[in-house]
Amino acid sequence: MIIDIKNIFRLYQVGSEEVRALNDVSLQIDKNEYVAIMGPSGSGKSTLMNILGCLDTPTSGEYELKGTNVSNMSDNELAEVRNREIGFVFQTFNLLPRSNAFHNVELPLIYAGFSSQERKKIATDALTSVGLKERMYHKPNELSGGQRQRVAIARALVTNPAIILADEPTGNLDSRTGEDIMALFQILYKQGNTLILVTHEEYIAEHANRIIRLKDGKIEKDELIHKAD
Amino acid sequence: MGKILFEFKEGFLISLSALKANKARAILTTLGIVIGICSVALMATAIKGIDIAFEKGISALGADNMYIGKFAWFSDQDFWKMRNRKNLKMDDYEKFKDLARLPLAISPTVMSRQTVRFGDNFFEGALITGTNDEYVKTTNFDFDYGRFFTSIESKSSRNVVVVGKEIANHLFESINPLNQDIKIGEIQYRIVGVLSEQGSNLLGDFNPDRRLFVPVGTIYKYFERPSSQSIDIVVRAGNTAMIDETKEEAEGVMRKVRGLMYNEENDFAINQQDGLTQNYKKTVGVIQIAGFFITGLSLLVGAIGIMNIMFVSVKERTKEIGIRKAIGAKRRAILGQFLTEASVICLIGGLIGLILAVLLSMAINKFLPTSIQLDTVVLAIVISLITGVLSGLAPAYTAARMDPVEALRYE
Repeated sequence: MIIDIKNIFRLYQVGSEEVRALNDVSLQIDKNEYVAIMGPSGSGKSTLMNILGCLDTPTSGEYELKGTNVSNMSDNELAEVRNREIGFVFQTFNLLPRSNAFHNVELPLIYAGFSSQERKKIATDALTSVGLKERMYHKPNELSGGQRQRVAIARALVTNPAIILADEPTGNLDSRTGEDIMALFQILYKQGNTLILVTHEEYIAEHANRIIRLKDGKIEKDELIHKAD
Repeated sequence: MGKILFEFKEGFLISLSALKANKARAILTTLGIVIGICSVALMATAIKGIDIAFEKGISALGADNMYIGKFAWFSDQDFWKMRNRKNLKMDDYEKFKDLARLPLAISPTVMSRQTVRFGDNFFEGALITGTNDEYVKTTNFDFDYGRFFTSIESKSSRNVVVVGKEIANHLFESINPLNQDIKIGEIQYRIVGVLSEQGSNLLGDFNPDRRLFVPVGTIYKYFERPSSQSIDIVVRAGNTAMIDETKEEAEGVMRKVRGLMYNEENDFAINQQDGLTQNYKKTVGVIQIAGFFITGLSLLVGAIGIMNIMFVSVKERTKEIGIRKAIGAKRRAILGQFLTEASVICLIGGLIGLILAVLLSMAINKFLPTSIQLDTVVLAIVISLITGVLSGLAPAYTAARMDPVEALRYE
């Protein structure tokens, strides 16, 4: 098991009111699952994604990632976990605008302390695997939306993380490019990666093998999808 | 270690690209540091220049010399009381010379101001010092031409003169002054020696470059009445170790010469260069502190500018900070990045300021012999780095502590 969440609560104080963004959520995800998390806005899916991605910690409850309890870690420890175990893909790509594709992809390796030769090889391989070898030294503003998202995916892959966490990865793309990106995720899944997709689009979620639906901070439905193939 | 070095290099490259992205802002911000470092470097250089000039000047006085006269140079004694003392006369000098055993050289000095002429050239109000042949032993004079006057010339009060470099240049331009006859007042003197440049503007008229030296007898013969002024007796100790002993002896001998009873206080003063040095250090020390304080203020203003721009930069790059944190940057990495950026801005500003200071000091060099020393360069670079780190600290800390979720949401 890669992810084991037990009875997680995440509370926010809004004025004098207490908001339960996550209200007693428990969830297990195995290696090489392809999970979509769905729900309307305000359902708590962003909060769950932040906690799964170790960007945030739960108010109470336990979160074990690859057997390690991360729910009470310090900022720096969480940074290290994010660096090694989690690959983020965001809706708005979130590339560093002044750095070229290669530098964006090598950045996680920098923080992980790889040598410059190692970084060069790994980042080049990652960019090659997403089909951007030719555009390695272009800056984000010289790349199309789809290409930018491929750079972001390459960046998510370089540290060989336990999970790839994609937050509305096709939200800023036209539908054809979106399909291309989803096809790429399919390949990553086939290669043995664990993918978690946060989306509110039904047809995007259908790419996954399991759909978890959230509502009002609780898991409303958790279903496996059996595909024809 | 490699990792830290690497993080530094990374921070350096990031900050260069950040600076490039906001050229006008970077230039304006850096300007504060440029001005700050430039003024600190100039201040340090000016102070050093004054020190060098002073030391050069003071060495013309000679470290092993003491000056016996009516007035103490630095003292809290009542001026009028000193003024009412009997003048020191040539008789006192003669008696002193007979009794004192320790000094290497003893010579009397009498001053007069006269206009000096050669042909159409003249130098008004030049300081003429009447003394004897031993005077040269109390100095470190070098000669461009000729020599100091001899014992015979001194004793027989010949009309011979030794001139300082500036006077010689002024009167003779391109002619060799040696053995030329000049007029001091209306009296003809022959030049037997020209000093090489001694160079200290700090001593003013007492700078040997602007003085003339003649046998003391001729001063009394032509220019001054013996009763009109008190002479000074210059005493040179055998060596530095002998100074205290020589001074003690001089005091005893002078008391005898002046016929003082055991219960009477000295009616003369024995002055030393270190009195001058101490006094100088006190005055210049105050100027130094004030100077560094004022230039420090301009640096502070520059540092506040950097701090301000770093806060703006952190705010603007909130999203970037969020991204970096999401992919695994620890607090230290973010802190290092912004500290490096602030330091690079300050370092660049510091280097430009330093170059500016070098150029300015070349101009100042015309008035005050100064040049920027290596330690000033090192000081300026260290100060600009420290300024960078200090002014970057608060903004960098803010950046390092950002919540990644909030930072990523920032647009």
